[in-house]
Amino acid sequence: MDLITREKIKQVKRGDQSAFEDIVSFYQNKIYQHCYRMLGNRHEAEDIGQETFIRAYVNIHSFDDKRKFSTWLYRIATNLTIDRIRKRKPDYYLDAEIRGTDGLDMYSQLATDHRLPEEEVQGMELQDYINQQISGLPPKYRSVIILRYLEEFSLQEISDILDIPLGTVKTRIHRGREALRKKLRHV
Amino acid sequence: MNCSHEAVELMHKYLDHDLTKEEEGRLRVHLEDCEACQKHFHELERTIKLVQNTEQITAPADFKKSVMQKLPAEKKNVKYLRWFKAHPVLTSAVIFVIFMFSGMFSSWNQSGELVVSKQENLEIQGDTVIVPEGVTVEGDLLVKNGDLRIDGTVDGDVRLVNGDLIKDDTIEGSGLMASAGEVNGDLQQVDQVFEWLWFHMKDLIKSIFSLGHIQLTGT
Repeated sequence: MDLITREKIKQVKRGDQSAFEDIVSFYQNKIYQHCYRMLGNRHEAEDIGQETFIRAYVNIHSFDDKRKFSTWLYRIATNLTIDRIRKRKPDYYLDAEIRGTDGLDMYSQLATDHRLPEEEVQGMELQDYINQQISGLPPKYRSVIILRYLEEFSLQEISDILDIPLGTVKTRIHRGREALRKKLRHV
Repeated sequence: MNCSHEAVELMHKYLDHDLTKEEEGRLRVHLEDCEACQKHFHELERTIKLVQNTEQITAPADFKKSVMQKLPAEKKNVKYLRWFKAHPVLTSAVIFVIFMFSGMFSSWNQSGELVVSKQENLEIQGDTVIVPEGVTVEGDLLVKNGDLRIDGTVDGDVRLVNGDLIKDDTIEGSGLMASAGEVNGDLQQVDQVFEWLWFHMKDLIKSIFSLGHIQLTGT
């Protein structure tokens, strides 16, 4: 795939839009999933996912052929999701659907504020509970955990994607794992 | 070994495949003794498995379409280039037609001056070629970019390109026979571009089929 991607990127750089369509086909699920895990809702994931590809297309000339394309693409996606999270911080969407719950929104969460984790697990599919715990992590831990365990990047690649030193990646992944362990130990 | 700190640190290094042989041995020895750390370690491993086993999410069906619609318009020449690449046969046909036509047109246009096949006894007055009365011209006669008046006889085919055959109305008295002159062969008049093309091609095909013949008569 790497060779094909390289060839496609050459064509895109020459201005060929249909070659870019193939790139979108290949990466759309990965990027959409990444945005969804980072943002926790489908609407924003679609929005930011599309924005990722548009940015990639517009800035394709700044992509260095010697680097890995997926790393570059994930970097755009991650930066955009973090921007979006920062922007929305002050106002919390009470009517935003909680990921993985069918039609549950934040209003329903207000009433169930003080349930114990064990009870929560019982009321929800295990998968949904895990998803919720991942999206509950602070963004800087969330991004490394997602990249490491869901997208299966190496630590060095994560360091490239997030543009942070390898040591910082390790620290964040340790803390992320510990935070998740505390939340999932009783599952 | 300090459980709360050093052992946990080693566990994470293990999970990142960062342990040296020596550290790995230390961790193993400690885990055999310390139940709390064992539990901690299993919880970490299980957490990772749980995270890895979450279902894959796919993009909405119209995701790609929306992306492509939002992209800035591409340059026109790229569009054409891609079309040509996708249709190689048509492209070569188009190129062939372009070359053929441009060749024909240029040969049509470049020869603005009067051209007459080399024959004796022909009179030339300005743009008009005259076969004088009582004269017999041997062989095929070609007149290009000029008019032709035949008062005498042409013993062969006549080709008139981009010009008119002047019917001599002045000598009405001498009758049709004399005024039209005499052509003992075909009389072809070509003065439209497409007829010119047709004529050209006919000529080409004829010459292909009778190469040897031309060599004999060409002199």
